[in-house]
Amino acid sequence: MGLLSRKATCNTHGQDSSYFLGWQEYEKNPYNEVNNPNGIIQMGLAENQLCLDLLEPWLMKNPDALGLKRDGISIFKELALFQDYNGFPAFKRALVDFMGEIRGNKVSFDPNHVVLTAGATSANETLMFCLADQGDAFLLPTPYYPGFDRDLRWRTGVEIVPIHCTSSNGFKVTLPAIEQAYRQAQKRKLRVKGFLVTNPSNPLGTTMARDELDLLINFIEDKQIHLISDEIYSGTVFTSPSFVSVMEVLKDRNLDQTQVWERVHIVYSLSKDLGLPGFRVGAIYSNDPVVVSAATKMSSFGLVSSQTQYLLSAMLLDKKFTKEYMSENHKRLQKQQKDLVSGLEKAGIRCLNSNAGLFCWVDMRHLLKSNTFEAEMELWQKIVYHVKINISPGSSCHCIEPGWFRVCFANMSESTLKLAIQRLKSFVSSIGMKSQSHQELKSLRRKARNNWVFRLSLQSFYDREQDTTTKVSFSYRPHFMSLSNIAATLDAAA
Amino acid sequence: MVAISKIATGNGHGEDSPYFDGWKAYETNPFHPIDRPDGVIQMGLAENQLCFNFIKKWVMEHPEASLCSAAGVNKFKETALFQDYHGMPEFREAVAKFMGKVRGGRVKFDPDRIVMSGGATGAHEMVAFCLADPGEAFLVPTPYYPGFDRDLRWRTGVELVPVVCESSNNFKITRAALEAAYEKAKEANLRVKGLLITNPSNPLGTILDRDTLKGIVKFINEKNIHLIGDEIYAATVFMEPEFVSISEIIEEVECNRDLIHIVYSLSKDMGFPGFRVGIVYSYNDAVVSCARKMSSFGLVSSQTQHLIATMLSDDDFVDSFIVESKEQLFKRHKSFTLSLSQVGIGSLKSNAGLFIWMDLRKLLKEKTFDAEMDLWRVIINEVKLNVSPGSSFHCDEPGWFRVCFANMDDNTMEVALLRITTFMHKHNEAMVPRKLCRRASLKLSLSRRRDDFMSQNMMSPQSPIPQSPLVRART
Repeated sequence: MGLLSRKATCNTHGQDSSYFLGWQEYEKNPYNEVNNPNGIIQMGLAENQLCLDLLEPWLMKNPDALGLKRDGISIFKELALFQDYNGFPAFKRALVDFMGEIRGNKVSFDPNHVVLTAGATSANETLMFCLADQGDAFLLPTPYYPGFDRDLRWRTGVEIVPIHCTSSNGFKVTLPAIEQAYRQAQKRKLRVKGFLVTNPSNPLGTTMARDELDLLINFIEDKQIHLISDEIYSGTVFTSPSFVSVMEVLKDRNLDQTQVWERVHIVYSLSKDLGLPGFRVGAIYSNDPVVVSAATKMSSFGLVSSQTQYLLSAMLLDKKFTKEYMSENHKRLQKQQKDLVSGLEKAGIRCLNSNAGLFCWVDMRHLLKSNTFEAEMELWQKIVYHVKINISPGSSCHCIEPGWFRVCFANMSESTLKLAIQRLKSFVSSIGMKSQSHQELKSLRRKARNNWVFRLSLQSFYDREQDTTTKVSFSYRPHFMSLSNIAATLDAAA
Repeated sequence: MVAISKIATGNGHGEDSPYFDGWKAYETNPFHPIDRPDGVIQMGLAENQLCFNFIKKWVMEHPEASLCSAAGVNKFKETALFQDYHGMPEFREAVAKFMGKVRGGRVKFDPDRIVMSGGATGAHEMVAFCLADPGEAFLVPTPYYPGFDRDLRWRTGVELVPVVCESSNNFKITRAALEAAYEKAKEANLRVKGLLITNPSNPLGTILDRDTLKGIVKFINEKNIHLIGDEIYAATVFMEPEFVSISEIIEEVECNRDLIHIVYSLSKDMGFPGFRVGIVYSYNDAVVSCARKMSSFGLVSSQTQHLIATMLSDDDFVDSFIVESKEQLFKRHKSFTLSLSQVGIGSLKSNAGLFIWMDLRKLLKEKTFDAEMDLWRVIINEVKLNVSPGSSFHCDEPGWFRVCFANMDDNTMEVALLRITTFMHKHNEAMVPRKLCRRASLKLSLSRRRDDFMSQNMMSPQSPIPQSPLVRART
């Protein structure tokens, strides 16, 4: 157009990413158990729909919350007029208490350090505006949530430099990877302002270990940069290891009240833990008063509706309810995740061992025609258009290894999940049969080179699930076939 | 190493403006009829509180709007999950319909061009991000809402160049003023991307007449720059002449529609600033598309979308509300300006908005902004009213103040008027000898004020009629 801004005409909005294209395909042909049973099943949307039925009885028992009343008297006017960017005091108090609960009360939060924003989308962007100038950079471990490309960069002009993590160690962050990313930023003449990590991770579904957090803290201490911990999935940790927030590590290391304390910021939201993405409730938590002050002023561009603040302050203040809700939430998430993992396993597909999140990080490398992102895209397209499941390809999450996919499980019923697994199983068998001859050849070559394949006992495939202290590491190998394929190939080759 | 951004440490947030100082004074000592009868009365906040009983009644009678009915509970889940940045179709339809009704049904708005934002604050910033790069500029007629300095510039890096409007012609936006501003920008090496007008005007409370609007549309077409019409006060036009929206003008004059954008909100017309319902309505498809993506940074809570969709779909309610709101604003405006005129305070003749543009030039010690600040401090600290000084609106002439009248009940208004009256009587007692002096050559040296401020435009304390701008015009 020439008349619009560069921001309007570029594509840093990221919407041309496969992450969003899959959604669009889904929208054209959405699965519905009754009306459209052959439609596309949405497994590319990290939503928590498993516990919304628990909200309904609470709402019935507490009609004032939705009815905008206090003790039965309408406070509509008060709420309609409330536009103070400092937020509803009762809501902030309730929110910090809730955040503390999620962290087992090992840390407590001060409501005066909270800035409310219209969703985590707004919180992350606002933090960028506060901490970095145009052209500065933040380091992010890959794979990461595709939305960050837009949220952190689009209107801010901030750059993202990836810290590449690999399956060799379960995608954990390592010092060499961090240093490599830092050097890369320097090569590109970008001033690094900090790290942004998502913990629990999206798309991995894993919580960060203490040693990873220590690594990051040491680095930011040394380089005097920031650490943003997006803890939006903190309430979705459904099994051990339990969640360790960066704030807890700082406290344990007696770093609270030091300079580093002021450079660690948390982003939170109720979209994932409570399953309320429509209400646009996000928060920034910072111990730096300058950041809190600037972010508060910036929140004018995206405040939380007072109507929603009121509803949620009532809900979160009911501690008995939130405790029960979160406990049930964990149970249901764990069950659904288990169903997905075991179902995929039966199809010869493995997942990264995970203990949190609304998704699994699924290993489909063995289904790729070649160890390339083109092959990943080809596979993805087959899955979206033929298998009719929308999942998110690892490349959209900036994963450096082709073949990984994020598959969401918390936004559907048990029966839909079963159907999805069924579809995938059929798909995998059909590929297996087609590519068998192709694989035969490759396997013969590999057999000659790599005896160690036999060292992988059959037992390990079945016991993988129970290993909770270390993540299962998959050696980075192209064409890592599923057990059934290997067995079939070896038989054929014998 | 500088740990925080330049944006965060600078003062682009604009909060050091006197506009906000008054708020702070109010906040430390807010008026309350019982608990704090000597507190500061807030007349610096453009809020519409006149129709709450009317609206509240509707809300109580329609629990489904608040998702409170039995059926509502089912709707809750659907609503809680709805985060589509297109917005609920019923929300967009209801808002589009409301916007049309507010313009007397003379134009129709397309729901698919409605984009949500975090209030009008978010809308303005979003439009700036869509239309301009850092270092580029928008022209804005003065006086203008102080928040624009922050909303349009702070995080966007866009500049604002004032289009200076003067009291001599009632702050009309003239072609000459537009051209002068455009040239000034050019001289400063700023590429002008658009013109932002607020119609009805904040702080003037006036509407732009058809000819002015046509002239503006011609101007932006000639220069090939955008026109952003902030019509946030559209439904507050309480008396003739009738409001004319840009959306109507573009049907009447030759115009490149890709240049036309409207910013709207429910904060003023309905009195819902807390609900953060901002709207960007653009005739440019690329802008709609881009803005929609950007709206992710400030979507309207789905809970609120549902409430608004239900409310504004109720035609009977909307039609009655529009009428009721106009009546209440008219009444309040009339009694306020009448009482003011009775103590010799004039204001720009207005027919819209939630405020008046009060003329206190004659009370200034001298024709300077310092004197305006002095007077303002007197008003806050002695008269105990928070009003907004014209300088915070970039008015080029000292002595004007924006005074809000729609954010209080009748009793508080009476107290405010009493305080003003008392203050003016004290002032007039000091002034009266000078008037007699003019009429009957009595020599008095009581006045500390200079003669050249005894303009002919000063109202006679006896006149019950608000000074018409036509009378005050010197040319």
